[in-house]
Amino acid sequence: MKNFKQKLVVIGNGTAGARVVEEILKRVPGRFDISMFGAEPYGNYNRILLSNVLNQTQEPQEIFLNPLSWYKENSIHLHAGIKAFKIDRERRVVLGVNVPQGQLPYAHNDDILPKSDIVEESYDHVIIATGSRPFVPPMEGFGAPGTFLFRTIDDCSAIAQYARDCRKAAVIGGGLLGLEAARGLLTHNVEVTVIEAAAQLMAAQLDQESGQLLRRTMESMGLRVLTGTKTAKIHSRDGQISSLSFADGTTLETDMVIVSAGIRPITEVAQNSRIAVNKGIVCDDQMRTSDADIFVLGECAEHRGKLYGLVDPIWEQARVLADVITEKNPQATYTGSKTGTKLKVMGVELLSLGEKEQGQPSDEVVTYREPNRAIYKKLIIRDDRIYGAILLGDTQGGDLLMQMFLNEERLPSKRSELFFGSVKNAILINVADLPDNAQICNCNGVCKKEITDAILDANCKTVAAVGKKTKAGKGCGSCRGLIAQLIESCLGEVTYDPSEHFYVPGIPLEKSQLVAEVKSRGLKSVSAVFQELAGGKEDPDSKVGLASLLKTIWPKEYVDERDARFINDRVHANIQKDGTFSVVPRIYGGVTSPEELMRIAQAAMKYKVKMVKITGGQRIDLLGVRKEDLPSIWKDLGMPSGHAYTKAFRTCKSCVGTDFCRYGVGDSIALAQKIERRFQGIESPHKMKLATAGCPRNCSEAYVKDIGAVAIEGGQWEIYVGGAAGSSVRKGDLLCTVNSHDDVLKYIGRFIQYYREHAKYLERTYGFAERIGIEILKGILVQDSLGICAQLDERIAEAVEAYRDPWQEAEFPAYPHQFEGPRLIEVLHEAENNG
Amino acid sequence: MIGQNSKVLLGPVDQIPVGQGRCFVVHGREIAVFRSRSGTIFAVENHCPHRGGPLSEGVIGDGKVVCPLHGHKFDFQTGQGSEAGECVAVFKIRQEQGQIILEK
Repeated sequence: MKNFKQKLVVIGNGTAGARVVEEILKRVPGRFDISMFGAEPYGNYNRILLSNVLNQTQEPQEIFLNPLSWYKENSIHLHAGIKAFKIDRERRVVLGVNVPQGQLPYAHNDDILPKSDIVEESYDHVIIATGSRPFVPPMEGFGAPGTFLFRTIDDCSAIAQYARDCRKAAVIGGGLLGLEAARGLLTHNVEVTVIEAAAQLMAAQLDQESGQLLRRTMESMGLRVLTGTKTAKIHSRDGQISSLSFADGTTLETDMVIVSAGIRPITEVAQNSRIAVNKGIVCDDQMRTSDADIFVLGECAEHRGKLYGLVDPIWEQARVLADVITEKNPQATYTGSKTGTKLKVMGVELLSLGEKEQGQPSDEVVTYREPNRAIYKKLIIRDDRIYGAILLGDTQGGDLLMQMFLNEERLPSKRSELFFGSVKNAILINVADLPDNAQICNCNGVCKKEITDAILDANCKTVAAVGKKTKAGKGCGSCRGLIAQLIESCLGEVTYDPSEHFYVPGIPLEKSQLVAEVKSRGLKSVSAVFQELAGGKEDPDSKVGLASLLKTIWPKEYVDERDARFINDRVHANIQKDGTFSVVPRIYGGVTSPEELMRIAQAAMKYKVKMVKITGGQRIDLLGVRKEDLPSIWKDLGMPSGHAYTKAFRTCKSCVGTDFCRYGVGDSIALAQKIERRFQGIESPHKMKLATAGCPRNCSEAYVKDIGAVAIEGGQWEIYVGGAAGSSVRKGDLLCTVNSHDDVLKYIGRFIQYYREHAKYLERTYGFAERIGIEILKGILVQDSLGICAQLDERIAEAVEAYRDPWQEAEFPAYPHQFEGPRLIEVLHEAENNG
Repeated sequence: MIGQNSKVLLGPVDQIPVGQGRCFVVHGREIAVFRSRSGTIFAVENHCPHRGGPLSEGVIGDGKVVCPLHGHKFDFQTGQGSEAGECVAVFKIRQEQGQIILEK
């Protein structure tokens, strides 16, 4: 069998090499006989975390991405510590040689044909992933003892070792890695000076102003910074570094020097093999070099004239290369990457996307400065999309900016929301709305689908569990917030203290999980849920919530066990403190008639109700009715239940609207009646009180209702959701503006159904609307961002259809003794067995 | 009160809906009798010590009843309440040939 496998040789065992092999194995495990050349004697590791090794917050083994066992498990032959120096394209073999002890793995090797033992590996395909080497600016004296590069684990250990005997260290290079090296050195109690040739720190990521700000912050942490300074010579005395002299003639005393001044692609193996090399090894959109059997990716690759030094483009390249080489998708193409970085520099958060400066006069630039807290934010907007962005000191919202940038999304018209969220702290876009292939973890190149699969299929409920499964969030960690959001969107909540998020206390599941279990197991009664999901233990505090949920899930098939209902829902009336009940018949839109009023009055007298009260919901409450009188009073009233006792749609009150009011611009009464007839009695996680107002004067208080519809000039209706005027007072959020009563009914129905399906038990709409955020609700319910509107419409219609007036049970009780009161026992048998 | 060593026949068990309770007035005293879904019956004083809520109207499960007024819970075996210092009287009760017999 073995002889039939194609031979694949991967040159380079860094991030890119290991990644492309993973991608290939994912597609066609076992197709290739794979060997890898790695000049470093290790498996591959996460270079982003090197500074943690330097400052000793992480052990070297913690930053390995694939341990040596990974190679073994996947039958990969790793030539560790062996450097490939040439591809003999005629004989189709890759030639490698041992990296001599003490030689830097990324050192130039000028001997094309070394004398020492040569390792040969024949190939059908080669992938070059040699990466890059540090750039050392031209200067005298580099290479002497006490001079270092900052690139590999070995560099880190050597620097840390040497720093023990030093008081002063100089870091040449004020870019990201230079500052990281400086951060690492500070923990070794040395005085650190960063020397940058450009006029500012991090010139690749920051504009001048933010560069200055970062410099001040760095200086306040004890770092010395010299900008616009070119090192000319490193001076040594008695085998020790003594000082640096600069191009301007000034000098600096130092005991050690670390050079971290950027990277250059490693291209010798290609040059030695006569493969096209420009700045990097040139490749086409399928990652092929000038030799069709030889591919390239990563920092050594030059694609459409661009070199990439970040990880996300490598992930994209690895996917395309794997698709092509395995022929899973021979047409796959890589068209280049948009790059953004989000990182921490010495504990200072930074996000940098696209361009740093305005490119043309029409670009819109929005800036925010908070000098005291060293915060600077700048957005460059072109065609309503992010052209560039810098967030320094506070990267809140940065994940979303990054996603909007990478996906070229249109920005909200209120730019301030991009920095600060909307007024109600709603997040701007819902990570749940991103496409499946949106990359969430930019360090490890994990896309949304992989994460949601881990959450939903592998039951990863915590950020840590997702990380374990997918590696997401295990790089710089800046995407952990997004992962938490994804878990939240998939499961309802992130599990921190699990029980806190259970839908009901007696079943250890969150709402979405519970719903999934209930659906997949076909549990249609509360007792079945307890039997299947709680080992038969019937928690009394869980019954009512479960009953409500099951009714929502199974509008028609729900097996209604009445013992799971609260007393109010058993007898369709509201229990009062004395054990009697209140009776509130439905009065649609608050409009009644003399005939109805007479029946109400007669009933009140006949059953000697203790009080007749006009309610806040424009209805009439008959208080103090005995349980056993309920069926007959309902019959006498001849009106349907007003549901003033349950967690459901309660009422929709209205103002007099256009018929009589001289201000009304919309027929609020007719609308309220339509709403009430449609949604009466629909169960929900908590009660819903609605109102319609014929004009924005809001006499019916529609702005502060769970759902309110307000007529505005032009025959339109504004729909507000999440209002409250109970223990919390909150004006509702405008969901949308529509043109007709029918549309009002449509969007109200959608919101109600979404609330029914996604709110926690006993969560009022105001809490729900705040938790989800109105922008997201608009996206889901108005723009149909999730493509679920049709289903929501269908399910609410089903619930509407399943509605029956519960007061019909006056004629046909649901079960024997439903409305019976206390039974008086005549004690006749007392003495029967006495003595 | 129910006399010493006395028994009171409360009638057929199926006058109590499954999983619910019902109030019986015996010697002027209100007693809430419950019939669990598994068929066991329990009896406690109907009057909630908190604000007098009718326990017979409460939701039951896992050997407890929840008062319909403010959600205080009471154990069928011990009468112990969920709130400190609250408990209700518990009565011995059994079924015989489909009939409920209250004992003391």
